[in-house]
Amino acid sequence: MAEHQPITDDKQLALLANTIRQDVLKALTAAGSGHPGGSLGMADIFTALYFHALKHDPQNPTWQERDRLLLSNGHICPVMYAAMAHVGYFPTEELMTLRKFGARLQGHPHRVALPGIETTSGPLGSGVSQAVGMALAARLDNKRHHVYVLTSDGEHQEGNTWEGVMMAAAYKLDNIIQIIDRNNIQIEGNTEDVMPLDSLRAKYSAFNWNVREIDGHNFSQIIEAINWAKDSVGKPTVIIATTVPGRGVSFMEHQYSWHGKAPKPEELAAALKELQTIREQIETNTYDY
Amino acid sequence: MTINPQAHLAQHVFDTAQLKSGGTRDGFGIGLVEAAEADERVVGLCADLTESVRMTAFAEKFPNRFFQVGVAEQNLVTVASGMAAAGKIPFAGGFAAFSPGRNWEQIRTTICYNDQPVKIVGSHTGLSVGEDGATHQMLEDMAIMRVLPNMVVVVPVDVEQARLATLAIAKDPRPTYIRLTREKFPIFTTPETPFEIGKAQVLLEGTDVTIVGCGAVLYEALLAAKALEGEIRVEVINAHTVKPLDAETILASVRKTGCVVTIEEHQVIGGLGGAVAELLAEHEPAPLERMGTQDTFGESGTTIELWKHYGLTSTHIIDRIRTVLKKA
Repeated sequence: MAEHQPITDDKQLALLANTIRQDVLKALTAAGSGHPGGSLGMADIFTALYFHALKHDPQNPTWQERDRLLLSNGHICPVMYAAMAHVGYFPTEELMTLRKFGARLQGHPHRVALPGIETTSGPLGSGVSQAVGMALAARLDNKRHHVYVLTSDGEHQEGNTWEGVMMAAAYKLDNIIQIIDRNNIQIEGNTEDVMPLDSLRAKYSAFNWNVREIDGHNFSQIIEAINWAKDSVGKPTVIIATTVPGRGVSFMEHQYSWHGKAPKPEELAAALKELQTIREQIETNTYDY
Repeated sequence: MTINPQAHLAQHVFDTAQLKSGGTRDGFGIGLVEAAEADERVVGLCADLTESVRMTAFAEKFPNRFFQVGVAEQNLVTVASGMAAAGKIPFAGGFAAFSPGRNWEQIRTTICYNDQPVKIVGSHTGLSVGEDGATHQMLEDMAIMRVLPNMVVVVPVDVEQARLATLAIAKDPRPTYIRLTREKFPIFTTPETPFEIGKAQVLLEGTDVTIVGCGAVLYEALLAAKALEGEIRVEVINAHTVKPLDAETILASVRKTGCVVTIEEHQVIGGLGGAVAELLAEHEPAPLERMGTQDTFGESGTTIELWKHYGLTSTHIIDRIRTVLKKA
C-alpha cells in the first residue's frame, strides 16, 4: 500500500487522457448505451485529478486520510471508471463490463458495488450537499484532506445544488473544491436555451465562494487552479471549467445529441481513428493542447 | 383482557388522569442527548425547527456537533448522508411533511441505496398536529419510507418509548425513519418496558380480537379494551417497528383471535394497516378493519375534534371491533 505519486508532465497526462477517452468509447459501445459527451469532455480533468492532484491510494480505497472525490453528475461515470482502472483501482479489462448484468460498473456509480466510489449518484443536484457533510465531518475530526465534488452545469438548475452551495459558504468550508463541467449542453439542448445559467461566476461570487474560470482541457490551468483552491482560507472554492462535450471526436464535439447515446461500432472505429491521430500528435509534440 | 406483565406498563394504565403526558418528540429529545453522551459519532442536523423537533438540549450540550441547515430539507438529508459517509451517525430533524415529504428521492438514493446510517427524524405527524391543518399533518410518511429498501421505520408509542427507540436506532447501522408527534399524550410505558427494533410488543393479552397499532393513538385501543372488559377479550399489539414488521408476533395473535383491527394516525393505504393487510393476505387471511385516514386529508382543529371526525377514538375502535367480530 502506498500513496499515489503525482504525474506532473503534461504530455504524459495528455497521453493518459487519450487512452481514457478511447477506453470510454470502447466500453460505451460494448454497453450499447451511456453518456459519451460529458465523459469525453471531462477526461482531462479526471486524469489531472486521479493521476496528479488527489491524495489517494488505489490499493487502499478506505484510507482515512485520502481526499474524497464525489461525482455528482453520475451519468459521466464511464470516464471516472476508466481513470480509476488506469490508476490502479481495478483491472482495465473490467471496463468492458460497464452496464452489464452483475457488473460492479453500474450504469450510474454505486458506492456499495465498487470500492473507491465515495457515494452513489445519478439523480442530479445532490453532490455539493454531500460534500458539505463530508467536509463538516472532516473538520470535526481535525482531518486535513480535501473534498472534491464534480458537478455539471445542467444540475445547477436543481434547487438542492444551491442549498448546498449556500451552506458550504455559511460554514466557511475551505476544504471543499468544486469543479463544474461548463460544457453548455444538457439533454434537450444548450443550457442557455433550456434554462439559462449565466453567469455562474457572478452567482458563486454572490454566494461567497472563491471562483476561477479555466479551460478544462489545459492541464497547466487545471493543476494550477486546484493548487490555488487548496490554499483557500475561510471559503469554499469553485473552478468553472469550460469543456467541449465529446472532446477529441469531431462528430461528437459540441453536439448535445451525444449527451446520452452510445456509438455504433462503425462510429467507434471512426472515433478511435481520430483519437489515435491526436495521440500521434501528442507523442510528436505537434498537438496543440 | 389482561395486562401483559412482560410489557411493564405504568400503574393505573387506564386512568389517564394519573399518567404523565408528553409528545413523542420530547422523548426523542431526551434520548438524543443520551445517545450523544454514549457515542461521540452522533451528530444532529435540523432544518430551522430545532426547538419544534426538540433538538435544543442536544444543540446546547454539543454545539460543535449540531448543524443548522436552514429551511432546506433536500440539503438536510444529503448533508447528513455525507456526514454518515465520513463515519458519523447523523440525526436529521424536521417536520415530516417536508422531511421525508419533500426530499424522498435524496433519501432513496443517497441514504437507502447508498446504505448510510442516517436517522431521519420526522416530527409533527398525524392529525394531532391540530390547528396548523392538513399541509402540516403528515399522513403519508410511513408509506413512502416503508417502501424503500434498507429503510427501518420506527413509530414510538409514547415519550418513554421514543427515548428508548432513539437510543436503539443510534446503535443500529441501518438507515432509519423515526416518526414523532407534537401533541401531548399519556405516557403509559416505563423505562422497564422492553424496546427492541423489529420486535412488536403485546400490551394486553386477549383471545377474541387482535388490535395492531402504532404511535400515540394506540392508547385509545387500551381504553377500548378496558371498556369491553368482561364482554370481549381484546389483545393489543404495539407494532412500534412498522418495518421490518414483526410477522411472528402478529400472526401468532391472529391465529388465536381470528380477526384484526389496525389503528394509526396515517392513511390506511400504505401505512401499518397496509402492511398488516399484506401480511394477512399472504400468511393468515382473516377479517380486517383498518382505522386511520381513509384516503383523505385532514383539516384544522383540536386533536380530539379531529379524532372524533376522522374516527380514531376509543368509541370508534369499539364499533370497529364489533364490526370485525361479525365477520369472523
